[in-house]
Amino acid sequence: MPQDGLTPDKSIAHWHKTRSLMWTTLAIWFVFSFFIHIFAPSLNEIVIIGFPLGFYTAAQGSLIVFVILIFWFASRQNRIDEEFGVQED
Amino acid sequence: MAQAQKGDFISNLGRIYGIYTGGFIGFVILLGILEQVGVPDKIIGYLFVFLTIGVYALIGIISRTAQLSEYYVAGRRVPAFYNGMATGSDWMSAASFIGMAGTLYALGYDGLAFVLGWTGGYVLVAVLLAPYLRKFGQYTVPDFLGARDGGNVARFIGIVVLLAASFTYVVAQVYGVGIITSRFLGLSFEVAVFVGLLGILVCSMLGGMRAVTWTQVAQYIILIIAYLIPVILLSARDTGIPIPQLMYGEALQRITELEVQLGVVKYHVAPFVDAEGNYSTIAAVNFFALIFCLMVGTASLPHILMRYFTTPSVREARKSVGWSLFFIFLLYFTAPSYAAFAKLEVYQNVIGQPIASLPAWVANWGAVGLVGACDATNAAELFSMCAGVAGNNDGILQLAEFKINNDAIVLATPEIAGLPYVIAGLVAAGGLAAALSTADGLLLAIANALSHDIYYRMIDSKADTRRRLFVARTLLILVAILAAYTASTKPAGILAMVAWAFSLAASGLFPALVMGIWWKRTTAVGACCGMAAGFGISLFYLIGTQYFGMPLWWGIKNISCGLFGIPVAFLVTWIVSMLTTAPSQEMQDFIDSVRVPRGAVRHATGQVGIE
Repeated sequence: MPQDGLTPDKSIAHWHKTRSLMWTTLAIWFVFSFFIHIFAPSLNEIVIIGFPLGFYTAAQGSLIVFVILIFWFASRQNRIDEEFGVQED
Repeated sequence: MAQAQKGDFISNLGRIYGIYTGGFIGFVILLGILEQVGVPDKIIGYLFVFLTIGVYALIGIISRTAQLSEYYVAGRRVPAFYNGMATGSDWMSAASFIGMAGTLYALGYDGLAFVLGWTGGYVLVAVLLAPYLRKFGQYTVPDFLGARDGGNVARFIGIVVLLAASFTYVVAQVYGVGIITSRFLGLSFEVAVFVGLLGILVCSMLGGMRAVTWTQVAQYIILIIAYLIPVILLSARDTGIPIPQLMYGEALQRITELEVQLGVVKYHVAPFVDAEGNYSTIAAVNFFALIFCLMVGTASLPHILMRYFTTPSVREARKSVGWSLFFIFLLYFTAPSYAAFAKLEVYQNVIGQPIASLPAWVANWGAVGLVGACDATNAAELFSMCAGVAGNNDGILQLAEFKINNDAIVLATPEIAGLPYVIAGLVAAGGLAAALSTADGLLLAIANALSHDIYYRMIDSKADTRRRLFVARTLLILVAILAAYTASTKPAGILAMVAWAFSLAASGLFPALVMGIWWKRTTAVGACCGMAAGFGISLFYLIGTQYFGMPLWWGIKNISCGLFGIPVAFLVTWIVSMLTTAPSQEMQDFIDSVRVPRGAVRHATGQVGIE
């Protein structure tokens, strides 16, 4: 039995869940890093408290998403680790 | 006894840094009073610079150590929150602190590529790299490459990429320290660079990563206070509400109205437009290419990845990335407000005004060579910024006759807002903190690569602790002197070199690290070929276009050379790995063990553990 207490089946299952979370997180990252800014010229038509929305998304909106995304990811990954009993003490 | 002291320190961090912050605010108020009482500005400037450096030196001395794990990874005891602050100041260099707002002022929407590029990369760090490097648990990034990719060849290529990226970066920081110190102390640039050098060494030499980490936390507190105060007060003056990050929307509206009036074609908020204000696909492509290279580069810079070796656990490492980005976010979401309020001031109170009634800050910063009101036909004699500009001498300042250096945006804001000199001194202390903290982090990464990766791993693996620490410290001093000397020669294009560092690090390191962790089939040969190919292509494109007049490939600017190197590295790694023998079962067990937080790392034969 390996030191981390995982059977081969569980090891694969843990990694699959980890990988899925990775793809999900990166998909959200991609949307707010690239995809949404393609529409900046049109988004700029919408103005909220003085901010053209396209400009705001690049200047603040995406940044806020990134910060929340990382904390969300850390908590979800930790739950996956706990589910398989491989979290640290 | 020493153990108990260290434990006390960690458990009292909140109180210690709370007292420190209160002390710093008190210090600023005291200097404010001294200014009102008539103490000359020059003395105030000296007090700011020398007292803050003195505090960093004190922390450096208190953190001195004779233990390898403390010197290289701060004993792996830095909690996520404080590690986040340290990473924040490590990340925010003089370029971020002083240059970012100026770049946004000059470029408008295009400049937001830097804001996005220099924040989004942290998502990649958190998801793809930090937890696994932390579980791997040694001291440096080349350590990981050596273990995963077959030993010294991979390690050596990793070191070459690390040195190429980090050395240009650290020269830019020492240069920034020199600029700030010379401007506020009135010393010549060359002398200021060496004064700054001393400041850098006292923080890092005795205590290595331990000293640097705790100093960086202290520097973050100063730099964030220094960055926020002037623009908060400016927002209060211009809009009545002291929350610049919310209120600059109003400034943007007024700017757009004024741009229409003044006949500006490239609007501040318009995306993907060329200099005539027309939509340009190539501008859009370059915008996204730059974001890509900066983000992937963020996740490849060794001095940043190294920061996550110092947390107590894998779980703390992930959270620490979140905190890092939060502290970086505080500065980056404020920078556009600096640019907006400054532009509003210029368009409202400077452009179209009679020369005789320009605000005082124009003349003051003109004298220092950062601003130019180029109306007179001999304007170049009055303002160094007016070189090559022909004024029409009509007594009114037109838009084309106004020149401003990017650095002036942050530096002049206290005066634009009508604040006392003590605030300008505060900004100087903040810029100095930003530059010193980044320089320290980079120097440590370089010296550690040389002492740990080359000397200990490749030359003398029997060296004892004392010898290893001695080599580490000596190399730190030598590299620092070399960086200071290079900076004092004022090499051209410093900021461009920093951006290149991102693409070079990204092409050389990111694919190898990510594929090494996420794809077990990656072979040593594959990874090495990939690193060499990626780094090589990017370097070739850079040098070819910059120094040999090679035409751009598909119009991609060379600042985004990583756009070519990164995919090439991934492709080469994949192809060569499939063509060579699959990694051994031992190596696959090693990777499996790195992928879970619990349990020890299972080293394959030929891998060497720590100590």
